Amino acid sequence: MKAITSVSGRAYPLGRENIDTDIIIPAKWLKTISRSGLGKGAFETIRAEVGNIFDDPEYKGSPILIAGDNFGCGSSREHAAWAMADLGIKAVIAPSFSDIFSGNAFKNGMLAIALPQEAIDRLMEVAQSDPIHIDLENQVVTTDFQDRFPFEIDPFRKNCLLNGLDEIGLTMQREDAITAYESHVTKSQSWLVSMT
Amino acid sequence: MPKTLYQKIWDAHIVENNGDTALLYIDRHLVHEVTSPQAFEGLRNAGRKVRRPDLTLAVPDHNLPTTARMDPSGTIIPIADPQSAAQLAALEKNTAEFGVPYIGATDRNQGIVHVIGPEQGFTLPGTTIVCGDSHTAAHGALGALAFGIGTSEVEHVMATQTLLLSQSKSMEVRVDGELNAGVSPKDLILHIIGVIGTAGGTGHVIEYRGKVFEEMSIEGRLTVSNMSIEGGARAGLIAPDNKTFAYLKDRPMAPKGDQWDAAVQYWKTLRTDDGAKFDKSVIINAADVAPSVTWGTSPEDVVPITGRVPDPMSFADPSKQAAAQKSLDYMGLSAGTKMQDVRIENIFIGSCTNSRIEDLRAAASILKGRSKADGVKWAIVVPGSGLVKEQAEAEGLDAIFTQAGFEWREPGCSACLGMNPDKVPAGERCASTSNRNFVGRQGPGSRTHLVSPAMAAAAAVTGKLTDIRDFE
Repeated sequence: MKAITSVSGRAYPLGRENIDTDIIIPAKWLKTISRSGLGKGAFETIRAEVGNIFDDPEYKGSPILIAGDNFGCGSSREHAAWAMADLGIKAVIAPSFSDIFSGNAFKNGMLAIALPQEAIDRLMEVAQSDPIHIDLENQVVTTDFQDRFPFEIDPFRKNCLLNGLDEIGLTMQREDAITAYESHVTKSQSWLVSMT
Repeated sequence: MPKTLYQKIWDAHIVENNGDTALLYIDRHLVHEVTSPQAFEGLRNAGRKVRRPDLTLAVPDHNLPTTARMDPSGTIIPIADPQSAAQLAALEKNTAEFGVPYIGATDRNQGIVHVIGPEQGFTLPGTTIVCGDSHTAAHGALGALAFGIGTSEVEHVMATQTLLLSQSKSMEVRVDGELNAGVSPKDLILHIIGVIGTAGGTGHVIEYRGKVFEEMSIEGRLTVSNMSIEGGARAGLIAPDNKTFAYLKDRPMAPKGDQWDAAVQYWKTLRTDDGAKFDKSVIINAADVAPSVTWGTSPEDVVPITGRVPDPMSFADPSKQAAAQKSLDYMGLSAGTKMQDVRIENIFIGSCTNSRIEDLRAAASILKGRSKADGVKWAIVVPGSGLVKEQAEAEGLDAIFTQAGFEWREPGCSACLGMNPDKVPAGERCASTSNRNFVGRQGPGSRTHLVSPAMAAAAAVTGKLTDIRDFE
């Protein structure tokens, strides 16, 4: 995972709530065995709408997406995060996220930042014409107009993101603890760790 | 201190507690073709192995066509779509390379991951179960802590048999009283989602409690827990009981002999203690639940079948008003239309929500001696597994379906997600027993109405959404 400390730039003012992962990337694009190239199918149904923000030269290539409540609900497909990353999106700001999507975003070094609806409303306004700045180290979203919105992030996730840590590598260093757990369970509840 | 069932399973699986997060042991990992190729690739690139292939089980389901897989001579019929064929071949190759048990497309045990897990006894009470699929929540019906994960987490579980997780909050959904005649588990879970909303369970694990769930069959419980994710909860749970144990006994992968006895003894402790506190509690009166149907493009857009398409302006929140209007435009419906006047061109009976033997029996009981209406162009039944299909055929259900004008297919996810060739044409409606009515879910431009198996069958007969109680 690449380290990420800040994201700065224009934002897609999407604003809609309940954007499910079928909207982010429809199932027909999931036949791939690769992580890359999914940007072509990203937000396909929205991009079929005339004058959509994703193909508007004003916003095209923006590193930030602003959305409504419950972003990323539905299917667990990580292809949603991959498709957004392929479009160049590095951060999503919304009032809330589905649990699975926020995990998938994190694993791909993408920021999923939850802010109150009032902050979202203000950022939607700013995004029409001006950039937005996300400072991960100081956990704050700012604009060129003195707006300042602090956000919460899990300290473990923050550390991984800032340092680009490989979570699997970190866990594999805990091999002794995993083995100890398995041998304990093998004694007390053998059916759990051995299939008949 | 009294503990919830969720807390008990969580505590029993902690490898290391790190304060905000815990390294949690994963007992069972289900793998399918769509969300695993990139995980296997990651392992390969890093020179890593699957740590516990013996606790892993792979099966193709999402992408697999549901038409005949072998010709009459027993020769495997090649898959027409080259991308699908490549993805399915990748699963076979990856599982062979990494030594993961694999149930192939032509194996009689093949089926939807969430149908075969319980069916094989791979799913057990008190276990942690993951799969790269959000409907993994289904397995909670047997008292397992089961949840969907992304592909990076699939790779993490393959490499370490653990996940690093923050504990969720606990939520109780209690349904008191008795369900009315004609009201199925599917109607109940649709009703629950309508009450709590699609984000109602976000950050929570839902435990379903109360007499209604105690009296419900395991298959009904699977339908309910399956759709926990549509209420925003990553996992659902129902305390295991004698029904659970009877369901699991002698399943191929369930414990046997002394191990079985020891397991049952432990499973009996898996109940929320009296006095345990939930972070959130929702209480529903079973008598309030009617046969239910969705009108919009979110699973929370639920009304009783006797209801009408709502007026977008009836929602208090302006963003909800806009969303409802957008849904109605997409669905081609206008406010005030009676749900029972909505015409249906397609019927899908299947998916990990409703493709088990009881579901097929419920649909067949409506269709027996009847035929689909002329206006219904396409009606398919897709059993959840090869074993469900065999059972249904032994009971003669396939004949009832085909005589009613349905196609009787091979097992898989099919038209639930429109990934394989089974799709609903643009602009047409489908009464579907699946779990999501999202925009384009069953194919680009498809219009989905989520219903129970009996209601899907009734809609096939009348050609419009129909109150199942009129058939009884």
